[in-house]
Amino acid sequence: MNILAYSAVELSTAIKEKKITVREAVEAVLDQIDQKDKTLNCYVTVDSAKAYAQAEEIQKKIDAGELAGPLAGVPVAIKDNMCTKDMLTTCSSKILGNFIPAFTAEAVERLQAAGAVIIGKTNMDEFAMGSTTETSAFGVTRNPWNTEHVPGGSSGGSAAAVAAEECFFALGSDTGGSIRQPASYCGVVGLKPTYGTVSRYGLIAYGSSLDQIGPLTKTVTDCATVLETIAAHDSKDSTSVEREDTDFTKALVEDVSGMKIGIPRDYFGEGLDSDVKTAVLAAAETLKQKGAIVEEFDLPLVDYAIPCYYTIAAAEASSNLERFDGIKYGYRTESYEGLHNMYKKSRSEGFGPEVKRRIMLGAFVLSSGYFDAYYLKALRTKALIKKAFDEAFTKYDLILGPVAPTTAPVLGSSLSDPLKMYLGDIYTIAVNLAGLPGISVPCGTDKAGMPIGLQLIGDCFQEKKLIQAAYTYEKTCGGFSIAAERER
Amino acid sequence: MAQKIYETVIGLEVHVELATKTKIFCGCSTEFGGAPNSHTCPVCTGMPGSLPVLNKQVLEYAVAVGLATNCNITQYCKFDRKNYFYPDNPQNYQISQLYLPICRNGHVEIETAAGKKNVGIHEIHMEEDAGKLIHDEWEDCSLVDYNRSGVPLIEIVSEPDMRSADEVIAYLEKLRLLIQYLGASDCKLQEGSMRADVNLSIREMGAPEFGTRTEMKNLNSFKAIAHAIDGERARQIELLEEGKAVIQETRRWDDNKEYSYAMRSKEDAQDYRYFPDPDLTPIVVSDEWLSEIKAKQPEFRTEKIARYQKEFDIPEYDIDIITSSKHMADLFEATVALGREPKKVSNWLMVETMRLLKENMMDPEDIKYSPEHLAALIKLVDDKAINGSVAKEVFEVVFKEDVDPVQYVEEHGLKTVNDEGALRKTIEEIVAANPQSVEDYHNGKEKAIGFLVGQTMKAMHGKADPGMVNQILKELL
Amino acid sequence: MANIISDETIEYVGILAKLELSPEEKEQAKKDMGSMLDYIDKLNELDTTGVEPMSHVFPVQNVFREDVVTNGDGSADALKNAPGMKDNMYKVPKTFDK
Ligand SMILES: [Mg+2]
Ligand SMILES: [Zn+2]
Repeated sequence: MNILAYSAVELSTAIKEKKITVREAVEAVLDQIDQKDKTLNCYVTVDSAKAYAQAEEIQKKIDAGELAGPLAGVPVAIKDNMCTKDMLTTCSSKILGNFIPAFTAEAVERLQAAGAVIIGKTNMDEFAMGSTTETSAFGVTRNPWNTEHVPGGSSGGSAAAVAAEECFFALGSDTGGSIRQPASYCGVVGLKPTYGTVSRYGLIAYGSSLDQIGPLTKTVTDCATVLETIAAHDSKDSTSVEREDTDFTKALVEDVSGMKIGIPRDYFGEGLDSDVKTAVLAAAETLKQKGAIVEEFDLPLVDYAIPCYYTIAAAEASSNLERFDGIKYGYRTESYEGLHNMYKKSRSEGFGPEVKRRIMLGAFVLSSGYFDAYYLKALRTKALIKKAFDEAFTKYDLILGPVAPTTAPVLGSSLSDPLKMYLGDIYTIAVNLAGLPGISVPCGTDKAGMPIGLQLIGDCFQEKKLIQAAYTYEKTCGGFSIAAERER
Repeated sequence: MAQKIYETVIGLEVHVELATKTKIFCGCSTEFGGAPNSHTCPVCTGMPGSLPVLNKQVLEYAVAVGLATNCNITQYCKFDRKNYFYPDNPQNYQISQLYLPICRNGHVEIETAAGKKNVGIHEIHMEEDAGKLIHDEWEDCSLVDYNRSGVPLIEIVSEPDMRSADEVIAYLEKLRLLIQYLGASDCKLQEGSMRADVNLSIREMGAPEFGTRTEMKNLNSFKAIAHAIDGERARQIELLEEGKAVIQETRRWDDNKEYSYAMRSKEDAQDYRYFPDPDLTPIVVSDEWLSEIKAKQPEFRTEKIARYQKEFDIPEYDIDIITSSKHMADLFEATVALGREPKKVSNWLMVETMRLLKENMMDPEDIKYSPEHLAALIKLVDDKAINGSVAKEVFEVVFKEDVDPVQYVEEHGLKTVNDEGALRKTIEEIVAANPQSVEDYHNGKEKAIGFLVGQTMKAMHGKADPGMVNQILKELL
Repeated sequence: MANIISDETIEYVGILAKLELSPEEKEQAKKDMGSMLDYIDKLNELDTTGVEPMSHVFPVQNVFREDVVTNGDGSADALKNAPGMKDNMYKVPKTFDK
């Protein structure tokens, strides 16, 4: 069997059964990168020497019986906003173009401890600000299903790398949909956990109150397995939650009978592509066939989520990105006159237009005279949105809807109108505001053959329900990998 | 035209460095000194991806200071970010508190020549200190050391209740004493563990409204504070008399030139864009926790004075001096607890210790010697093992180096010679060698005996018991 | 467009955010910020009187560390990415004080 066709869990089983060595798995991935990444540009950094060194070490531990977990020996790609010790970490920005962290992000360390092999760092929208991976300082990433299209964003490199079999799974981060939307555009599984489930230590912050790290995988099984590995309380992250129910693979059960699923009417209105609508409603029908109770309901405030989100995320980002000033690390301008000129030139040359746009908006909404009208207003709106979800979850186990209004757009078609691009996040953003878990599962393709994602949203800490429903759906309808699609 | 009479209105922002072992949001040491940037980690150097976690001791100290200054404790409090760019601040925002500071609405009582009064405390909040900037003359650039970055501070913001430099100093002394008693800080102005920013405005006596205030920074001694207040008052009066307006601004006091300078720059917009820090969670101080902290509050000065009056037979004057420093009071009590007589302990503190502190320009908080060593020294005198003048000599060494006096006396052969035979022999020789003094003594010149005692002590290298010398001399004469 | 962003506002935001924009960028930024604010103004349709601003979504509170030194000498790690360095310190353009 072609090594690359394995899922992460299948691969590690094959390694344990000595059908494949870790080195062979790494080699297969690196060959695939060699062949495909010139076109796709999923990676900012590939470190083959380190990958081989890790492979050797991990193989020894597997052989010695010291590493028996389901990710042992599996090559993984990490979004380039997670710190990796001694490995370039750029956030796809010129301002961090030469930054080499002194420590590794907690989530990545947990993967390493489980025996995953880090292949490299994936491309993203600069500082995770964008929905297409076109704002990267290191070039756009292309969608492996059709290279004229974007892979989505901001974790576009991670999603595309999984879809193109340039890794077996990847980590992404999701502030307003940045895992789920590229997963949907690239036909892979992506999960954004409940806020506080995965440590943010080592994740370079965009909107701290919204950011969560999560898996991008080929299958729901892989997704549950990766989440189980990276979810843990971390005393280094004050917002990390202590929870006991992190044995997510226990939820890999093909059964949705009696599960109550709500479909918000507000998610199927104007602007939703008809192919997407058809595929998502068909998926709902599948779950109904499998015994779920599916009904429509009104989820208010959907239209307010985007302005609320952009206010809060921009405000936090404007503060989080103040540290990039040309003093301690990263880019410093060549010539300057005095301190403040150095700050201004370094930052203006180091940040791209989308980042500057959001930083300025953030500084403005926090500035004196506007704080109440914009920032506090957004926090009040957030409270109302949270309340609307709380009410919905008194009636439903899960909420079902599309991930994005359309499939992946053509390269270059989004950036010209930022506001329109922001509107594309309409179904994903509220989940971050309310701190909820959400999963994107492939549920078909449109007429042009581009993948469509189904979104399931759970109440806080209800990832298991998401996984169970997603798994049931996947078992019933089959995966939608490029390879599977070709065989079909 | 009648001369106008102006009133000075002063409020203080006092930053106090807390005596924790580690920084406010990371496990780096707060110890002074160390090579540049050696007490740093990703958190206190603002590395991307790092996150803060609050040091519990910081909160407990802040609450303790709030209780000691009669504040209301905010039982649901939060941290906010104060955003401004400056190289001593690695994140370019300071984690501080604006909306829900830990303590509010307190007061302390001060006493000056003008009498007693309360100074209101508007709030006390927790925040992180900045790093240190050093100017490099050689390359005409600045260098940043983040060892102090993240050291915990509390900022005590007073109401504009003070009217003179005297009141300001009395207020600072009072705060210093309370905080030292709590053990929350050593509050040394010179070393920067206590720093004061002075907000000052003037108004015509009796005017209902406050004038425009300025804020003066960089005041690191009581003298500088007093000078700065007088200087700024004069500057503002001059402006008003000339019909000009006082501008609300931050000024920097130069103690050498005795003048304050405006710190104005277009690039320093005073718009800090405070918002709740999303990386830190709210703090809930439960009633139980609050009572626990209350129960741990130490005995403060007033209570201590009352107890000393009851327990120890020492003069009021001594009590006043000893309790003016928590460290000295602790030393006093510990030495007495080791079995020494209170009055004798007090004497060593009041006389020799005070003299040496003054000579060395030190504070009582800087006393290094241990109660064990003071007790041992007093015991040596009590046991007549050394005489008074030797004791003073030994004490200087104890004061300086905290040596064990017993061992020191032993090693330097300073023990009083109690061998009566040897002493009698020496005295006999001295009497024999000084017939003139003997004759003077017999002729009623009492002074002559003093000379003979002196000669004897000299011969004994000061190690004789003066009582015994007198007794033997009188016998022989 | 309801929100007209003035040159002064863009200049001021540039000071706060430490960004220096070219004249063309400034014009674009004025337009972008104006249309974003118009969009955000949509929130004013909502009546939020009496609603507490929500900064944290769920009740995690009282997260502390004990006051124990856990870090050693971090200077090498701190300085290894510094664009300018001297005597184990970060080198910066001259500041006014100290
Ligand atoms: Mg302050
Ligand atoms: Zn530190």
